[in-house]
Amino acid sequence: MSLLSVQGLTVKFAMRNNTVTALNDISFDIGQGERVGIVGESGAGKSITGFSILNLLSRPGYIAGGSIMFDGQDLTKLSDKQFRTIRGNRIAMIFQDPMVTLNPVLTIGQQMVEQLQAHRRVSRKDAEIIAVAKLREVYIPAPEERLKQYPHELSGGMRQRIVIAIALLLDPQLIIADEPTTALDVTIQADIMELLLELCESNNVSLILITHDLGVVSQMTQRMLVMYAGRIIETGGTREIINDPQHPYTQGLINALPQQTLPGEKLRQIPGNMPALSAIPPGCPFHPRCGYAVPTCRTVRPELRRHGGSDVACIEVERLHGTTPHKVDYA
Amino acid sequence: MKNEMTQTPLLQIDALEKRFALDHGFLETVKLRKGRIRREKREVHAVNGLTLDIKRGEALCIVGESGCGKSTVARLVAGLLNPSNGSITYDGKRIDTLTRREMLPYRRKMQMIFQNPYASLNPRMTIEQALTEPVKHHHPDLSAQGVRDKVVEVMRSVGVDPAWAPRYPHEFSGGQRQRIAIARALTVDPEFIIADEPISALDVSIQAQVLNLMLEAQVERGLTYLFITHDLSVVQHFGTRVAVLYLGTLCELSDTATLFANPKHPYTRALLSAVPKLDDQAPNHIRLRGEIPTPIDMPQGCPFRSRCTYANDRCAVERPVPAPQPDGSLVACHAVEEDRIETV
Repeated sequence: MSLLSVQGLTVKFAMRNNTVTALNDISFDIGQGERVGIVGESGAGKSITGFSILNLLSRPGYIAGGSIMFDGQDLTKLSDKQFRTIRGNRIAMIFQDPMVTLNPVLTIGQQMVEQLQAHRRVSRKDAEIIAVAKLREVYIPAPEERLKQYPHELSGGMRQRIVIAIALLLDPQLIIADEPTTALDVTIQADIMELLLELCESNNVSLILITHDLGVVSQMTQRMLVMYAGRIIETGGTREIINDPQHPYTQGLINALPQQTLPGEKLRQIPGNMPALSAIPPGCPFHPRCGYAVPTCRTVRPELRRHGGSDVACIEVERLHGTTPHKVDYA
Repeated sequence: MKNEMTQTPLLQIDALEKRFALDHGFLETVKLRKGRIRREKREVHAVNGLTLDIKRGEALCIVGESGCGKSTVARLVAGLLNPSNGSITYDGKRIDTLTRREMLPYRRKMQMIFQNPYASLNPRMTIEQALTEPVKHHHPDLSAQGVRDKVVEVMRSVGVDPAWAPRYPHEFSGGQRQRIAIARALTVDPEFIIADEPISALDVSIQAQVLNLMLEAQVERGLTYLFITHDLSVVQHFGTRVAVLYLGTLCELSDTATLFANPKHPYTRALLSAVPKLDDQAPNHIRLRGEIPTPIDMPQGCPFRSRCTYANDRCAVERPVPAPQPDGSLVACHAVEEDRIETV
C-alpha cells in the first residue's frame, strides 16, 4: 500500500469577485521510501500541492474536494489538534529559504529542543543529545558548538543543513522539500542534494521534491509529475519522461534548456506565458501555446492516459510523434 | 568574429579593485586592542585586481557564486560605483575618472539590464513614459514624433505590442517586463550592454524567450555584451568568452568552448561538475570541503586554497597570477602551472 495517496485533490481560492481553482483534480501516490519530483513553472500549483498535504493553506485558499490519505488516515478530515501530531513529526517540510525557516532570535539548540519536546516526552538534556546526533548526520562540524549559535552566524549552506537536520529530528516517513536549494549556489546545492538523497535512502524516507530544475529532478527522483496551470499534465518514471517526454509542454520545457541546443543557435522557446489562474483557457490549458493544437483541444479537457512510458493529458499525443509542430501565433 | 585580433578592445578593465568600508563613522572605527584604543577600518574586498578586456561584438560572461564580486564589476563598468583602484577604459578613453557631464555620452553607449524587472521599472510610470524618458534625455533635439517612432520601433523589435504603451508595469508578466527593460536599454541605440543576471528571476520557458531576444539584438544591432550570471548552462549557450571569478579575483578566462571542454582551474572544474544535468542519475560532483573565506579578511596566497584539494605551501603564501595556457586561456593556479593536476 502506498504511504501517501492523493485522490482528486482540488484547491480553490475565494477572491473578492470570483473563485479561482489553483489545483484541479490532482491524483498521485507515493510509496514508502519512494522519491517523487513535482516540476513546473511558477503558478503551476507545485507549492500549493505541498502546502495542501500539510494543511498549511491559509485563507482565502481551501481544499474544495478530494482526499489525502496518509498511512490510512484522511488528512483533509483531521482537526488542527490531530494534525499537529503529524506535521513536523511524521511529515516534515523543508522550505526554500533557510533564513526564513529558522527563528532568528533563538539558538539552533533551542529550536531543535523545542521541536523534540513538542512531540515527545524528553528531557532537555536528552533532546540535546538527539539534536547533536542529527547534526552529525548532516555533516555539521562541531555540532555541540552549533547548538549555542544563532542562525545569522552560519552560512547559507550550513543553515539549510540544519533545516534538514530539524526535518529529520523526529524520523518522519515523508519529507516535502519545496525548492530546497534554489537560494543556494550550485556547489552548495550539489552538496545538499547529495546529502538529502543519502539520508532518504539510508532511512527509507519518502521524498516529494518540488523544483523547477529538471536536472535536479533527474538526479534525485524515481518518478515525476509535471504540472501546468493547476493540473498534472504528465506523470511517470523520471528517466522515461526525461528521455522521451510525451506531452508537448514537457517536450517544450526540456527543449528550452540551453544545453539542448548547440551554442549560439536560437533556443527552442515555448511561446507565450502560463495563464493566470483566473483566466485558464477551456479545454486543454496549454492549447494557446501548443504547436500541435487542433480545434478539439479548445473544447475537450484531456484526461491522463497511458502513452509511451508515462501517463499524459493530451488528446493528440498519438499524432505527435513524427509530426512537426505548426507555428503558434501567440498574442 | 573577423580580424578581432587586430582590433583594440571595446572595454579594458585594468587591475580593478573595489573595497567597501564596513565601519562607517568615527565611533565604529574605534576598537580596543590589547588594552589600547586604536582606530581600525574593516573593509570588504569585493573586487581584487581584476584585469579583463571585452572585444567588440563578443559576449563576455562573468560567472561565479554569490559574493564573488560579479555584480560589483558590472556596476563599476556602468559607472554606478567608483573603483578604489585601477582603471576602466572604453574605446580608448578612460571613463572611471570622468565627471557626470563628461560621462553622459558614454551612458548612452553603455546600457544596463538588471536582474529583477519588478524592481527596475518604475511602477508609477507607464511603459511609454519609461521608454521615452531615456530617448528624450539622450537626444534632446529629436522631435516628439521622432521619439515616438523610435519607441514603437524598439517595442516591436522586442515583441511587445506598441498598443500596450499606455499600460503600467504591473499589468505585465515577468517575461514581458524583462522585454520592456531590454527595450528601454535599446531605445538609445547603445553599442554595449551590461546585463546583470537578466534571466535569473524568470521561468525556464520564459528564460529561453529572453535569451533568444538578446541573441537577436546582438546580431541585428551589433551589440557587445558583458553578461553576469551564475547559471553555467546559459553561459555555454550565450558566451563568446567566460571569466570565472572567485572572491573578486580571476580564476580562469577562456573561450566558452575551451572552458567547457577542458576546464583547468580546480574551482572551474568543481563549478562545472556541480551543475545538475538531465542525464545524471545521481548527484555526481567534485566535492569542495573547507570553509569559504570571507572577503573581509582576504586570505594571503590563493583565495581558493581553503577549499582546494591541490593546495600546497606555495598556495598559502603566494597569490597566483593569471598565466596564459597553450590553448589560449588564462589560468591563475599554481597547481596548473606546476602540472600537479591530473587531466581527465
